[in-house]
Amino acid sequence: MKEILVERSVPRFAAARVFSAVAGSGNGVNVGPLRLADREPVALPGPQWHRVRPLLSGICGSDLSTVDGASSRYFESIVSFPFVLGHEIVGVVDGGEFDGTRVVIEPVLGCEARGITPLCAPCAAGRKGACERIAFGHLKPGLQTGFCHDTGGGWSESLVAHVSQLHVVPEHLSDETAVIVEPTACGIHAALLGAVVPGERVVVLGAGTLGLTTLAALRAYTLPAEIVVVAKHPIQHDLAQSIGADRVVKPDELERVVRRITGSLALPLEGSITRLTGGADVVFDCVGSSSSIASSLSVVRPGGRIVLVGMPGTVKVDLAPLWQREVTLVGAYAYGSESTPDGFRSTFDLAFELAAAADLQRLVTARYPLERYEEAVRHAASAGRRGAVKVVFDLRRSASRMRRTTLKEGTALEETPKAATPKAATQ
Amino acid sequence: MSPRPGFVLEVDRSTPPTLFWHGEGFRMEKLPVGTRVVYPPEPIKALADPDAAIREALENPIGDSQPLSALLFPGAKVTIAFDDVSLPLPPMRPPDVRQRVIEAVLDTAAAAGVDDVVLIAALALHRRMTDDELRHALGSRVFDAFAPHGLLLQHDAEDPDNLVHLGVTEQGEDVEINRRAAESDLLIYVNINLVAMDGGHKSVATGLASYKSIRHHHNVRTMQHSRSFMDRHRSELHTSNWRMGQLIEKSGVKIFQIETTLNLDTFPSSFSFLQKREWEWTLRDRAAFQATRAALDRTPPAMARNIFQSIRSPHGLTSVQAGEVEAVHDETLKHVHAQQLVSVEGQSDVLTMGLPYISPYNVNSILNPILVACLGLGYFFNLYRNKPLVREGGVCIMGHPTPWAFNPVHHPSYIDFFEQVLAETTDPVEIEAKYEEAFATDPWYIHLYRTSNAYHGVHPFYMWYWCAHALQHLGQVIIVGGDRAAVRRLGFKPASTLADALEMAEDVVGRNPSITHIHNPPLFISDVT
Repeated sequence: MKEILVERSVPRFAAARVFSAVAGSGNGVNVGPLRLADREPVALPGPQWHRVRPLLSGICGSDLSTVDGASSRYFESIVSFPFVLGHEIVGVVDGGEFDGTRVVIEPVLGCEARGITPLCAPCAAGRKGACERIAFGHLKPGLQTGFCHDTGGGWSESLVAHVSQLHVVPEHLSDETAVIVEPTACGIHAALLGAVVPGERVVVLGAGTLGLTTLAALRAYTLPAEIVVVAKHPIQHDLAQSIGADRVVKPDELERVVRRITGSLALPLEGSITRLTGGADVVFDCVGSSSSIASSLSVVRPGGRIVLVGMPGTVKVDLAPLWQREVTLVGAYAYGSESTPDGFRSTFDLAFELAAAADLQRLVTARYPLERYEEAVRHAASAGRRGAVKVVFDLRRSASRMRRTTLKEGTALEETPKAATPKAATQ
Repeated sequence: MSPRPGFVLEVDRSTPPTLFWHGEGFRMEKLPVGTRVVYPPEPIKALADPDAAIREALENPIGDSQPLSALLFPGAKVTIAFDDVSLPLPPMRPPDVRQRVIEAVLDTAAAAGVDDVVLIAALALHRRMTDDELRHALGSRVFDAFAPHGLLLQHDAEDPDNLVHLGVTEQGEDVEINRRAAESDLLIYVNINLVAMDGGHKSVATGLASYKSIRHHHNVRTMQHSRSFMDRHRSELHTSNWRMGQLIEKSGVKIFQIETTLNLDTFPSSFSFLQKREWEWTLRDRAAFQATRAALDRTPPAMARNIFQSIRSPHGLTSVQAGEVEAVHDETLKHVHAQQLVSVEGQSDVLTMGLPYISPYNVNSILNPILVACLGLGYFFNLYRNKPLVREGGVCIMGHPTPWAFNPVHHPSYIDFFEQVLAETTDPVEIEAKYEEAFATDPWYIHLYRTSNAYHGVHPFYMWYWCAHALQHLGQVIIVGGDRAAVRRLGFKPASTLADALEMAEDVVGRNPSITHIHNPPLFISDVT
């Protein structure tokens, strides 16, 4: 079985870091810790686990950080090597009672998947993303599928998933819509965490997948007076506009636009603006770099909120404005359940609805076979510049080939206890 | 030998390439056979003794006015307002004509025992002048006598405490001007009439007015009904200013208007080739041109800008008249026309022009894309009497690098206008309705206008409105050699060469179009019959 494996190799991580720093993100792929391996599929960790054959698996910004050797060392103790990347997955259950069922995997490996009882407080409250036990239980450490040795990941021909991670994909949804459900769930969680009050002015910094799904969620679930989206590339500009941005601006236009629409003054008193005296009520930083956080701080109003949606690493930021202007900086990681007018609902359920309603399958703009992973990674790293948003591995051909092989050989399919069933999406 | 009048050349096979201004540089273009090239008149002779002429004018006013000395008395409160850095172009070699006039006025005031005199730069909504610019315009003697004592002011159109509302015209136009000027026993306005648009009632009614007042005539409607605003009797802009000026006078504001005209001796001798017809260039002119062009090719744009902005014009004073506003201005226009009018027969399908580095609004600054549009479609297009040089539905081809560049100190609201407003629409009517008020009342722009050296927030709108008549009249606008993104943002078509532009124009006006090129500056007015 083919898979893209990440191995613990300090020299390779270092080489990737140097290469990507010099030649740009994605260019460390052939010297870094990634390799195409052909191994036996990982074993099922327990009775409530299922084998899943990926159909489409996305390349996310956090994956690129790993490829670039740029991930924070914070993650070292909550991943387990070697692991297979890929946590944006639509696949088909292979074997057992649900054989052939098309599912999206909710990748967070919380208490339930880890067989930990009683559940930790966040998991018990439905906030899986905040699970306190992601390095414990019967699985090796791993905050998500795609970073855990025991589960495999989406950049492969097969992985395993706990029944609690599986969401059945409604028949009418395309694979492309399904593969965008996971980043849509991230966007929804972030948008709702921002607690946008009707009439507030909002900035979404970054118009990659996370920026656009956050935008879609803001449009669907909140009532801001105006949403300004910062987009670098024409495709991002066009998509942001069509998804519902009131105004799409280039990065170097942000301060001026926010100043004008919020009626703020600016500093210094002459020349180019470096920061505003007022600003936006909420800024969603969907990039997570030093400069994007600094930009967020320069355009958020005193007492405003910055929601950090993009995954940061070690950043260097002047926090004086955060302190002096009493700005709230909040991280938005993953998903779980969200408070809605209809009560608490699973973020993934909302994401299925939103991905379909906002036609977010259009974000999937490039597909690669696993064998061309180096090319795919480079494309994903320069997606906007090359007219793409979401780059995915298309494993549909190998999934059907493998399935034919499996059936021909008469391999036994795993049994699944009747009590534990994949969740049906509300679509 | 008397100076030759303007001239219309018809290009034939023997005509040498024509010089086109191209920002801080030049292009030599081979115009198609049959093209008409309109050349400016040669500079008329300057007054031999300008100071004597000024004294003569002050004591021999025209219209219903007493001599200046008779209007001044001990204890009188006198305000001298003067045109700002936007005039003349390029800035004059010292002594500036304002310095000459103001020194003479101050001598007269001193002789009359007047000691309450304040100078006010009539900025309207323009940027504040720097001390160096004020010193250049007024001379060190005047600057040092007034500035340190707080007696040299710059009009602030956003200072409610120093504005006074004088009333409303019969057309419902608010007239609100500088309080010190309005409450003086005598307001003396010192003007430079570089072009026919300047002067008259516009000096006070615009130069010393508030936004509340100026908005009545600086708008799309007046611009579209000014054919052109260089022809006062066919200019709605001026008609409105005249109504306001008459109301100001009826309100009891006593104005002593001093207007001056300059000849077309625009560039110093090192650039003398710019004032000659190409076939008359001497060997020295050719060498100077080649050396200038070669040097500019190797000069970074910012440095080239500094070089050009340091040019000081040898403009000579050709007339000075003082007294009652309308009588003075009528006389002034005669002098302007005597120097600048060129008769041109009929319109053409295509109008071409090379745009220089400077306009009234970028002295010591950058000619940003909005100002490029305004210079070409606002000023040069409107330098006509009777009818435009190009027919309705015709094409205007302008040459300029049109960099996507702005001076953030001078033009902060221009950046936002370009990035945010023109990205949405280039229609002046829609722009005015949708965006003007927000920009005009934006507290940050107001703050920068009042305390820094920034044009008022509404100013880029006026530049766009200045283009409104041309935009309504023309079928297409093409910019040759400009930044393509910036040109497109303006709503125009970019072209790499003049030949490409002419080919593109054929799609609009048909094959073998008639073409007129204005060899401008030095500035002139086409009297189109």
